[in-house]
Amino acid sequence: MEHRRIETPKIGVFICHCGINIGGVIKVPEVVQYAKKLPNVVYAEENLYTCSSEGLSKIKEGIQEHHLDRVIVASCTPRTHESLFRATCTEVGLNKYLFEMANIRDQCSWVHMKDPEAATEKAKDLVRMAVAKASLLHPQEETEIDVIPSALVVGGGIAGITTALCLANQGFSVYIVEKEAKMGGMLRYLHKLYPTMRNASEVLNQLVNEAKASKNIEILTSSVVKEVKGFIGNFEVAIQKGDEKTVNFEVGTIIVATGATDFEPVGMYGYKKFDNVITQLQLEQLLKKGRLQNLKRVVMIQCVGSRQEGRSYCSRICCMTALKNSKLIRESYPDANIHIFYRDLQTYGQEYEKYYREVQEKGVKFIKYLPEKPPEVSLGENGKLNVNVYHSLINKQIEISADLVVLSTPLIQHEDAKELSQKLKVPLGPSGFFLEAHVKLRPVDFATDGVFVCGSAHWPADVGESISQAYGAASRASIPMSLKRLHTEALNALVDEEICSGCGLCELTCPFAAIRIEETKKGRKAKVIAASCKGCGACGAGCPQMAISMQHFTDEQLLAQIAALAEVKS
Amino acid sequence: MISQEGFEPDVLGFLCNWCSYAGADLAGVSRFQYPPNVRIIRVMCSARVDPTIVLEAFIRGLDGVMVLGCHLGDCHYMTGNYYTEKRMKTTKNVLKSTGLSPDRLLIDWVSAAEGEHFAALVKDFTERIRKLGSLGNETHLELHQLKKRLVAAKEALAQEKLRWLVGREMELVDSANVFEEKVSQKEFDQLMLQIIEKEFSKRRILQSMQGEALSIREIAQRVGASPREVLRNVVSLEHEGLVLFVGVEGNSPKYRRAGG
Repeated sequence: MEHRRIETPKIGVFICHCGINIGGVIKVPEVVQYAKKLPNVVYAEENLYTCSSEGLSKIKEGIQEHHLDRVIVASCTPRTHESLFRATCTEVGLNKYLFEMANIRDQCSWVHMKDPEAATEKAKDLVRMAVAKASLLHPQEETEIDVIPSALVVGGGIAGITTALCLANQGFSVYIVEKEAKMGGMLRYLHKLYPTMRNASEVLNQLVNEAKASKNIEILTSSVVKEVKGFIGNFEVAIQKGDEKTVNFEVGTIIVATGATDFEPVGMYGYKKFDNVITQLQLEQLLKKGRLQNLKRVVMIQCVGSRQEGRSYCSRICCMTALKNSKLIRESYPDANIHIFYRDLQTYGQEYEKYYREVQEKGVKFIKYLPEKPPEVSLGENGKLNVNVYHSLINKQIEISADLVVLSTPLIQHEDAKELSQKLKVPLGPSGFFLEAHVKLRPVDFATDGVFVCGSAHWPADVGESISQAYGAASRASIPMSLKRLHTEALNALVDEEICSGCGLCELTCPFAAIRIEETKKGRKAKVIAASCKGCGACGAGCPQMAISMQHFTDEQLLAQIAALAEVKS
Repeated sequence: MISQEGFEPDVLGFLCNWCSYAGADLAGVSRFQYPPNVRIIRVMCSARVDPTIVLEAFIRGLDGVMVLGCHLGDCHYMTGNYYTEKRMKTTKNVLKSTGLSPDRLLIDWVSAAEGEHFAALVKDFTERIRKLGSLGNETHLELHQLKKRLVAAKEALAQEKLRWLVGREMELVDSANVFEEKVSQKEFDQLMLQIIEKEFSKRRILQSMQGEALSIREIAQRVGASPREVLRNVVSLEHEGLVLFVGVEGNSPKYRRAGG
């Protein structure tokens, strides 16, 4: 075990306001003043956004002007920002293992918003703990691993096929795993796509055929992910194909493109009670098959089951879908009277706004309803439906009779998304959709290296958006696969041979066969296989002789953090 | 128990990088509010948390420790959290022998998607510690006395035999040993409790001896145990070469610490 002591560390602390995310709760200037007085801290400053190019320049200037040999950023979470700050340190020659973070946003200002005093005190504690650890950090050298140049794409919809083709065209081999018997996902059920009005099947068939023809793509239908082991560059994947067999292969990266499903509004607005109350997705099918006849009066109700308690998000695609389907109905039945009951219409961007105006000009009528006074659907005479609604712009309760009521329901996550998220060790957000590493900075990455997301698995997305994200995910996944080799983190177990008794418990404990007993001149001793060691620390914390330490998370460092936390108490 | 007025517990959390730390981040992203008493130390895996480190937190005067990992079966390192579970079970039992409630150590699982669960855990745990009060309040011991007991507990957890047994628990209980014998969980737990008690007593005896030569009766008085139990443990310490027999005074043998 090495106990390299650097004479006196020179620590710089950069404390981020993150706009108002931290600064709106925590008294940042007070924390800066506090940090300046901590042992070994020679410099401290505050930044509006430490992760902005200006903030990063400040870190580099700090390192150069104040000869800092340790840098601490007190801001968000190392899970999203550590790599950025480490790279900044590396740029000016500071070993990245001499960087440390204090999480004063995700685990402080955001969770103690109503108690700024306590949050400020906690931020000081977290900075003090980080300083204690930083004082004991050592520079580390990294080992390299090979990246398997192939990808697993989970989901064979528009997003999955697009991302697979992108990667296949760059020469990587790709496995597409689709749980249905047929490729295509949600697009198989759609009629025409807004705003171009191209047939969904036309768009889809072309892509499916390209994927099938690609020599770099292997398609596994009626298949689900059974197990995923490993890490970026070397994932071991087991696929359950149908009921019978398991297919095993290795990939370097994984892309989640599992899409979403539509919410079934059972018990809402007479759905499943009256035959002619249907969802937009069911309407698509009827339009596609040309099964609608004698359509005179249609009512569409927006935000059915979304933007409400328990499902608070806007599903984004339903406004345009309703506009598109009313346009199609008007084209086939020019006399049809169509009302769209909406809460707010989201037709963002130039093209969609233009589309909205066209539909208005075609005579579709729009009625704004209030969520607290939702429309009511009842059965009238001659089997017609009566829709009662409070028209909020004219302050009047009105009744409209309808042959058909169409409910715009949100896209929701698949029931099995949770299972997949656990297998891949990636999170789902509060609405059940897959959660990216950072909403702005890393929109198609997961925090887990080597795993990416695109399409409606991430958030309700239309075809255009799904394709853009699919390109993004393919591009991100291609980076490690093009590099072919990656540095692994220098987080290894370190054996002190003087203390090791060669008992072999570590060998038993390690799930990666990364530590084994070897005969040496000093007798039986544990040896670490650096490339296989993942740095979990399970061997060290169980070693009967306490002979194993963990790089970058040494006992000394952890104890220093504890001591720093407790020091103000005693 | 009467709650201590104005007592604000200091809680330390060891969170694994892959699941529970991400879950804590998600609690932030989702703005789930929880008590500001907890401070978090990130480790790569919950299995990194050595039982002696947990004791060190109590020795330093912290009121509660949370060790949170991925759900069993979901560990980023496959089996790490199974080890955590076994080690922390033993740590709880050792903590109990000091007179502190084992409830001051929480071992639980939080996935990266369970921000709400994390916030609820912190809330419940802080409340639990608030009810237990400070370390001194719970044990009715002077802090320096309690600290001595905690140091003895930490030393017990550093003992080779105990650590070896903790490390073999899964193997011994789940699969048979080389003699085709299988130990039941109940048998194992009982054996473990005996060893913990013995190791803790032995460390307490060593602590009590300081530089003096003491009779069994004197030691028994100092550590508050029966002379019979003390004699047994002193003999065991003598075997290990940690105490020396120095002679008989009256009809009582006297011992002192070796190497002092």
